[in-house]
Amino acid sequence: MKPKFMFIAIIVVIGIFVLYQSAYIVDETEQVVVTQFGRIIGDPVTSPGLKFKVPFIQQAIFFPKNLLQWDGDPGQIPTKEKTYIWVDAFARWKIIDPVKFLQTVTDVFNATGRLNDIIDPAVRNFITSNDLIETIRKSNRKLDLLEIQQVSLEKIRQDEGLDTDYTIEVGREKITRGILKQAQPKLDKFGIELVDVKIKRVNYVDTVRDSVYKRMIAERKQIAEKFRSEGRGEAQKIRGQKERDLKEIESEAYKTAQQIKGKADAESTAIYARAFNLDPEFYSFQKTLEIYSAALEENSSLILSTDSELMKYFKGYSDETP
Amino acid sequence: MSWDWEKLKQQQKRGDIPPNMDEFIKKINNFKLPGGPLLILLLLLILLGSTMFYTVKPSEVGVVQRFGRYVRTTQPGLHFKMPVGIESIRKVNVRKVNTEEFSAFNTGGQTRFGGASSTATLMLTGDLNVALVPWIVQYRIKDPYNYLFKVRDPQQLLRDMSEASMRLVIGDRSIDEVISKRDEISVESAELLQRELDGAESGINIVTIEMKKTDVPEPVQPSLNEVNQATQEKEQMIYQAREDYNKAVPAARGEAERTIRAAEGYALDRVNRAKGDGARFEDMYREYAKAEDVTKRRLYLETFRDLLPKLENKYIVDSEQKNLLPLLNLGNQNKSGVTQ
Repeated sequence: MKPKFMFIAIIVVIGIFVLYQSAYIVDETEQVVVTQFGRIIGDPVTSPGLKFKVPFIQQAIFFPKNLLQWDGDPGQIPTKEKTYIWVDAFARWKIIDPVKFLQTVTDVFNATGRLNDIIDPAVRNFITSNDLIETIRKSNRKLDLLEIQQVSLEKIRQDEGLDTDYTIEVGREKITRGILKQAQPKLDKFGIELVDVKIKRVNYVDTVRDSVYKRMIAERKQIAEKFRSEGRGEAQKIRGQKERDLKEIESEAYKTAQQIKGKADAESTAIYARAFNLDPEFYSFQKTLEIYSAALEENSSLILSTDSELMKYFKGYSDETP
Repeated sequence: MSWDWEKLKQQQKRGDIPPNMDEFIKKINNFKLPGGPLLILLLLLILLGSTMFYTVKPSEVGVVQRFGRYVRTTQPGLHFKMPVGIESIRKVNVRKVNTEEFSAFNTGGQTRFGGASSTATLMLTGDLNVALVPWIVQYRIKDPYNYLFKVRDPQQLLRDMSEASMRLVIGDRSIDEVISKRDEISVESAELLQRELDGAESGINIVTIEMKKTDVPEPVQPSLNEVNQATQEKEQMIYQAREDYNKAVPAARGEAERTIRAAEGYALDRVNRAKGDGARFEDMYREYAKAEDVTKRRLYLETFRDLLPKLENKYIVDSEQKNLLPLLNLGNQNKSGVTQ
């Protein structure tokens, strides 16, 4: 009884071992190439699930099927206008032909090395053959710039011997697409598909950065000065306006006042003329009398001749006046 | 101390226990169970059975794989699955909003990038300036299947893509826009990022991109403050001038009004006087015309009647007299010495 049980147990253990050797599980994220003594057998297994192979002599080699990440080795790269910048790129790729992949690079670690060799130079090529601005910008969108910045930007461009009125011809998205296009054909033979290449970071190298900071500071200072002088100018303008308005108000009032007075003078003159024209002689008689009483004061001396109208009776009276 | 001594004794007492324990273990080993292997089998079955249940928390969903192949997604609650080795379960929290922060203190785990400039927030703007742009990405897993299976490291993808799309947006803006138009930037970069993540089938949904305070790099900050200060100075100067204007002009308007009113008063005065004088003359004339001569005489004499008493010195000269002057001199001497 006991040896028989042992025998069964051994058979079961061997059975399990054989089953373990012939079955394998492919995850959703994996794909498998089956090899027999190093020789590739059949099509690669790309669908997930429980799979079988000939035990012991066949071997299942697993590769990732999902999207993989490649991170570039950042380095200093000069742009077309010889500004040195740090560029950090990353790419996403997947293994589309595991057979080719196995034959050429064998594993993901090696593949990363190949990607380094291919994408990094492509990135360098494109950065070096384009102006910095092309790498930075993505469209020709009009920037909201202050006048001073516009001027300083134009000056930078002039220093670099470029057109001041610049239009983006390439842009970052086109550059990354270009890198992708240049790198992809070289990766076909590895069974790798490059999904996209993106530029993650672009920064000035330290020395350039310092000079950029200096420029920014100078620019800001200019802007500040401009604001101040604008303020002064605006204030003077308002003061000028004030003076002008004051003069205007005063003179207009004077004008109106004079017109009113003139009109009144004219009207009163007309009224006097109309009235006194009834008898100018009587008017002057009456007015003269008024003047006499007004003009002669207490200490005035009056010499009356006896032949005046008042004194004509002084020396006597007669019917006839002398 | 006595206390320590007691404790030591107690420990010594405990030391006696192990021999008893050994005996106990021996007893267990010697204790024969009916059908020992069966019990082991039973235990194995129970263990296996316990792997057939799983619970999914309210905020999660369960993703079940049978031999690695995706078979179903289960909602919160208690569920059954085939035992270990056949079906496996991965739980994904689909309600939680995760946060990924990109700030000056968080370099995103990458320090090999360009020395001191290694912060994730330092960016080049479209006018070739440098800006500090910190931000936060909030996201949720919207598609657990894609999230688990389509991308190897979705978290890393999210980080890299966030940086790439943020820089793309910043690169198309001037430094002033970066500082003042944060909302616009957050909206555009969120759209861009979502598009990239959808394209990669990452299963991640961007809830929001929140821009923190964007700024110029530290060395430039004092000069930026100077600009702000200058703006205020400008406002101040304009304000002051306006104040001057407002102080002077309304007062001048009032003054002008006064001048005009005074002129109007003058006009009324003139016209009314003229009318009065005219009416008086006309009335008088009407009566005078009726008796010209006598009225003239009366007026003449009345005037002199009123006038003569007021005068101090009166001289009557004969009409025959030729020379006037000596008489006048005499009058002056009279004034000083002789009474009237």
